[in-house]
Amino acid sequence: MSDSSEVKQPALDLDASSAAAPSAPALAKEDRRAAASGGGLARLLAWMRSWEALLLVLLVLALALGSALSPYFLSLSNFSLLISDMMEKALMALTMTLIVIAGEIDLSVASILGLASVVLGYTWSHGLPLGLAIALVLLIGALCGLVNGLAVTRLGLPSLVVTLGTLALFRGLAYVVMGDQAVSNFPPAFTNFGFGTVPGTLIPWPFVLFVALALIFSLLLHRSTLGRQIYAIGSNKEAARFAGIRVDDIKLLLFVLSGLVAALAGVVFTARFSNARADNALGFELDVVTIVLLGGVNIFGGSGSLPGVVLSLLIIGVLRNALGLADISGDIQNIAVGALLILSVLGPNVVRRLQEAASRRRAADNGPAGGLARGAALPAPEETGAARARERGQRH
Amino acid sequence: MEVAAPQAAVPVIELVGVSKRFGAIQALKEVDLSLYAGEVHALVGENGAGKSTLVKILAGVHRPDRGLLKINGEAVELRSPAQAQAVGIAVIHQEPTLFPDLDVAENVFMGHQPRDRLGRIDWRRMYREVEQLLQSLGVELNVYLPVRGLSVADRQLVEIARALSQDARVLIMDEPTASLSPREVEDLFTIVEQLRARQVAILFVSHRLEEVFRLASRVTVLRDGQRVITAPAQDLTPEETVRHMVGRELAALFPKEEAAVGEVVLEVRHLSRAGVFRDVSFQLRRGEILGLAGLVGAGRTEVARVLFGIDQAESGEILVDGRPVSIRSPRDAMRYGIAYVPEDRHQQGLVLDFSIARNITLSILQRVARFSLIRSRQELKIAADYAERLRVRGGRLTQPVRALSGGNQQKVVLGKWLATEPRILILDEPTRGIDIGAKAEVHRIISELAARGLAILLISSELPEILAMSDRVLVMHEGCVTGLFSRTEADQEKVMLAATGQNRQSR
Repeated sequence: MSDSSEVKQPALDLDASSAAAPSAPALAKEDRRAAASGGGLARLLAWMRSWEALLLVLLVLALALGSALSPYFLSLSNFSLLISDMMEKALMALTMTLIVIAGEIDLSVASILGLASVVLGYTWSHGLPLGLAIALVLLIGALCGLVNGLAVTRLGLPSLVVTLGTLALFRGLAYVVMGDQAVSNFPPAFTNFGFGTVPGTLIPWPFVLFVALALIFSLLLHRSTLGRQIYAIGSNKEAARFAGIRVDDIKLLLFVLSGLVAALAGVVFTARFSNARADNALGFELDVVTIVLLGGVNIFGGSGSLPGVVLSLLIIGVLRNALGLADISGDIQNIAVGALLILSVLGPNVVRRLQEAASRRRAADNGPAGGLARGAALPAPEETGAARARERGQRH
Repeated sequence: MEVAAPQAAVPVIELVGVSKRFGAIQALKEVDLSLYAGEVHALVGENGAGKSTLVKILAGVHRPDRGLLKINGEAVELRSPAQAQAVGIAVIHQEPTLFPDLDVAENVFMGHQPRDRLGRIDWRRMYREVEQLLQSLGVELNVYLPVRGLSVADRQLVEIARALSQDARVLIMDEPTASLSPREVEDLFTIVEQLRARQVAILFVSHRLEEVFRLASRVTVLRDGQRVITAPAQDLTPEETVRHMVGRELAALFPKEEAAVGEVVLEVRHLSRAGVFRDVSFQLRRGEILGLAGLVGAGRTEVARVLFGIDQAESGEILVDGRPVSIRSPRDAMRYGIAYVPEDRHQQGLVLDFSIARNITLSILQRVARFSLIRSRQELKIAADYAERLRVRGGRLTQPVRALSGGNQQKVVLGKWLATEPRILILDEPTRGIDIGAKAEVHRIISELAARGLAILLISSELPEILAMSDRVLVMHEGCVTGLFSRTEADQEKVMLAATGQNRQSR
């Protein structure tokens, strides 16, 4: 590469030297300024029309429902409980967000949680030191994820099918390990992590773990090169591959991560209930997927954000807690969660339709376009056409 | 060509003072256009000139804000594509949209299948009628074949047959030749002539002026949503037409620059991949543009894909700087300084939902990141740098590339690959589907890059582009190299003969 310095910067400076052309940094600055001054109000308006704003409204509604249903709802200890109850789902929703943005899905997380729980109980009750047992469980979680990931990336199978299969497989393995036995005599040091709160507060310890992981994952998804590549893969897998992104390796990594975090959720679950059973967290994947989709993550990949998912986490948590306080059983609660799942997939489409209709009206009125808020700026006709075509043709 | 349309007659379809606005963009302004039975009327203009909006108004997709649409002299309002079809307007698309799993006949008659007395589909009659229809066009196509396996040209035929089966009186052909090989284009032209003889009114939308002047009796030029001129084709020259489109001379289309050709950077020896190409050998030098000509399907893109590590060769060698290399992935290729601007911009070149900046930095994320965290300042700076050098226009760096015109999108793809600081640049149809002004800019960029010492492999189906840009021209036919010409040797005829495999027999 001796001549790389010459080839470097194949500058097309035909015009760059002319005074008329703004220098590159100036352009960037202009860009930022324009973005910043895009009108605080306009940006606020755009945000108000965003999915996150809708989620905030939903959260307020859920809180109102909660306080209407029970006098105990609006208490710190109830909120501490509410948060505690969401922790496993919250942890799994973090990795699920990344996987769905990358255009895949992992339905086996709750089964990995269950398997992790019984392996922890079994090895502990057979004399393995707890620290080693936890390490083993995390390793097994990662292996489960590896199985999913290999089947998806090396065999080219759809992740929906693969993880539907392993959903049954891993849960079955959990029953093989312990049948319908349970282990519950865990040491206090361990269960204190589950039940306990940060001294002097009502903050549950698992919540501390979640906040730490949520920060790491936010950084990963929204700031890191890996996150950028995940969005690129979810938006256009082929273009990502042509750009030199290791699509399969990244997907594999995400599945492994998902298995690992699901196993971690299994440890948390076991500690919280001081109970290792094969049917632990049965059906949790419904809530996890709902949380992620309601959080605004596109089921076809390519878009979504962790803040949205955290908001939706709170909505589901509050809703389940409120319904629970009103003595409504978990099975009935599922109706509400199922309805939210459909809403979350339907909602964005309806919002977009409405925006399109509004724009058509505006176009018909020949109204000045200058006043359009940034977020509401209307897609050019070709654009909506293309978007629709893409939706329709989500390939085969 | 024959005389201009009979002006006395009433046009089959006519637009009078049609305007259309999308948000801030005035897509069409006071446009008049008339189509007569039995005429081929060409509609030309740069991308963004308003051609597609006009086509969509005729097809009933958009409704004009102002102005009239007249059919046989009577004002009509088209509220939907279905209504446009009902009055006899059909659109033939560049990439036909058909039902891939249904057969040819089913596609032709989709939605208006012949029925028997009980209202059941009369299959026998359907197949017979489609066969007759295709025969009358002089086309041989098995009506029982599913559409999935058909070539673009055949699928267009299905669309044409479909239009005729509905008694279409107006046929709008939107860039019909963009994905066709020269021979398929010839076949299509034969059919267009037949349709003309059947008194169908044809609106022919195309970038390719040589086609326009072969087919059309009248030409309408749009620029910035306005009609610049409508004139009989014999009163216009291609040069004049281009001037009307862009206000620029045709000579400016292919800027070429003499570059000092240096040492061999890339060498390919006896490269083969089963079923796509075999025994391909060539050398590419620093500062050289090697044109790779051939018909669609000759295996050119397939060679490029192997060089970029998308596919693997089964035998043969690739040498970079004289050393044999193994390229198993695009990452490997990038490590050897190879960049590939792919043929399909939307599917392979860009992440359409990403901003200009994010697309440009997608292949160099490590360079805009510290500890794997992306520094947006750095990212915007690099992106602004390339966007500025390549003169990407039409949007801020933070806007999605989806909203850009084809030419500007292509510049973003180029920027993305130049950002990797490559030494070998493979360009696959770099000017396909972009307007003439942007094309000239892309040509200028390519020639400038070669002058800076890049080794460029230029794949193009446009002969004038190949001949004007290349230092040497390599020609492929059905997976084999059939010719290698120096700049002085190469001319249209020789390259075409090699591309069709004709020169083989004589040797």
